[in-house]
Amino acid sequence: MADRIIQGHVGIGDTVTGPALVADDNFSARYDLNRIDGTFSREAHKLYGESYLGKVLILNIAKGGVATAWMLYEMASRDRAPLALVLNYANPIMAQGAAHADFPLLDRFDCDITAAVKTGDRVTVDPAAGRLIVHE
Amino acid sequence: MKLTDYEESIRAGDLGEPRRLALEHQIKVGQFFDAEDLVEISQVHLMADTESLGAAGVEFLEKVAGYPKDQRCTMVPTVTDPRGTDFNAYKRMKQQDDWIDLERRAIDAFQSLDVMMTDTCINYQVIIPPVQGEHVAFGDTGSSIYTNSVLGARTNFEGGPSALAAALTGRTPRYGFHLDERRRGTAHYVLETRPQDWADWGAVGGIIGRDMGSYWEVPVIDGVDGAPTSDEMKHLGAAMASFGSTPLFHMIGVTPEAPSLQTVFDGAPPDPVRITRADIDAFYESYGVSDDRLDVVVFAAPQLSLFELQRLGHLLDGRKVNDATTLIAATAPEIKKAADRMGITAQIEDAGGILLEGVCFYQMYAREVGEANGWKRLMSNSAKIVNILGGYGYEPVLSTMERCVDSAVAGRIV
Repeated sequence: MADRIIQGHVGIGDTVTGPALVADDNFSARYDLNRIDGTFSREAHKLYGESYLGKVLILNIAKGGVATAWMLYEMASRDRAPLALVLNYANPIMAQGAAHADFPLLDRFDCDITAAVKTGDRVTVDPAAGRLIVHE
Repeated sequence: MKLTDYEESIRAGDLGEPRRLALEHQIKVGQFFDAEDLVEISQVHLMADTESLGAAGVEFLEKVAGYPKDQRCTMVPTVTDPRGTDFNAYKRMKQQDDWIDLERRAIDAFQSLDVMMTDTCINYQVIIPPVQGEHVAFGDTGSSIYTNSVLGARTNFEGGPSALAAALTGRTPRYGFHLDERRRGTAHYVLETRPQDWADWGAVGGIIGRDMGSYWEVPVIDGVDGAPTSDEMKHLGAAMASFGSTPLFHMIGVTPEAPSLQTVFDGAPPDPVRITRADIDAFYESYGVSDDRLDVVVFAAPQLSLFELQRLGHLLDGRKVNDATTLIAATAPEIKKAADRMGITAQIEDAGGILLEGVCFYQMYAREVGEANGWKRLMSNSAKIVNILGGYGYEPVLSTMERCVDSAVAGRIV
C-alpha cells in the first residue's frame, strides 16, 4: 500500500521514523510520566503503564504546566525522551521545549490525529514540511 | 519574522553568543506560532526548579554563565519561580545531598546572569504585579493566568528556556495572548453557586480547565456576585491553568477586560455551561478514597499568601499534628520572613507543622520525597496539587483547609 500523508503545520526538530504510540488523551511530561523509567505513570491516563521510549507519541493536546519546557531537554540528555511528539494542538510549552532540545514536534492537522493513526503504525515525522507520513 | 535593526544586530552576534542563541530560539518558537514580530517585555518570571532542569539544564545554565558579564546578564528584571529544595529543611524532607549540590550550582549560575532569586510562584502578590496592557514573560501557569486575567497584563506560558531567552533579549515572540484577537472569549460558564472556600474556587477552576479543548480557549465566567479575593482568584486560576493549560479567563463585571458579556465575545455568547454546588461536590468526590488513612497534608501550589498562612496559623494554634501524619506548608521567602516576624511560623511549627520557603511541594522531587518518607495518601486544599500528584504515585484527596488541618491533627481523614 502507498504511504499516507497527513498535513499539519510546520513543526520543530529533525525528521524521525518509528512506531506510533497513540491515545485520545492529553500530555504533560510532569503530570503524566515517570521520567526515570520512561513510562506513563498517571493512573488516569489512557497510556498508563506503557513505555514511550523509542515511540512517536501521538496525543490530543498539551495540558498542565510549564515544566515540560526544561524537561524535554533533560529527558533527551538521558535518552529518556520519546522519539517525537505529535499533537492535535501543542501549547507554547511544548514548542519552547522542542526548540530548546531540537526535539521533533508537529501539530495542527486537518483531522483528529489520534483517530487517523493507530498504535504500532510505522510513521515518519517531518517537521520542516509539517507532515506525518503513515507507512502502510 | 520581521526583526528590527536592533534585533538583527542581536541575531548577528553583536551582543554576544547567549543573546544570539536566545533570539534564534525565539524565532523558532515564533515561527511555530506564526508570530509576525517580537514584542518588548518589562519583566520575566523564570522557572528554576532543579527537578525540571536536571543536570543537563544546570550545565546549560553554567555554559551561559561562562560568558562575559555584558553578554550574559539579563536585559529586564528577572525573578524566579520556586526552587527544588529548602536548604533549612531538606534533611527533614529526606531530600538527597546530590540534589542540594545541583541546587547550589543552579543558584550560582542564575545569579551570575543577574537573575533575582525570589523563588516564588506568587510573584504577582509578593514582588511586582504588572499593570493592564503590560507585556511580560511569565513562567508559571498560575502566575501567567492571574497576570493575564486578573491584572489584564499580557503573557504566554513561558517555559524555562523561553523565559531565559526573553530575559536575555528583553522581548518575546508576539503571538497568542499578546494579541487582542486571542484574548476574546470562546466558552461561556455561569456560576450558579458562590464558592465558599479556597478549595471550592480551585474546584471550579478544575471543572472549567478539564473542559478546555486547547491552550487557545478563553473561558468567560458570569454570575459571580461580587469580586472574589486575590487568594480566591489565585486558586481558581491555578487550577484552571493546571487542568486545562489555560492562560486566560474573563469574569464578567470583575476582571478588567470583561465589563459585560457583549464586550468580551465576538457576536452572541455561546450557550453557557452552568456550574452548580452539585458540580463542585462531584469534583471533590472524584478525589474520594475508600478508607481514612492519611500520610501527609500539604498546603502549596500556589505558595501561600500571608493571609492564607495567618488562617493556617489560627487553625493550628494550640493543637498538635498527629505523629502518624506530616503537615507541610510552602510560601515565598519574603512571606516566610513576615510570618516569622509576626509569630505565624511559630504557630505552625509549635503544632508540629513544617513551613517551607522558596519551594513548592510538587517541584521538590515529590516522587522521591514521597517514597523516602513513606507518603502515599495526601490531602490538600489545592486542586492544582491533587491534579499533579496523581502522576507522582500519590493518592490525593481534595478538601478545605479546615478539614485538612482537622485530619492532620486526628492522623486520619475526618
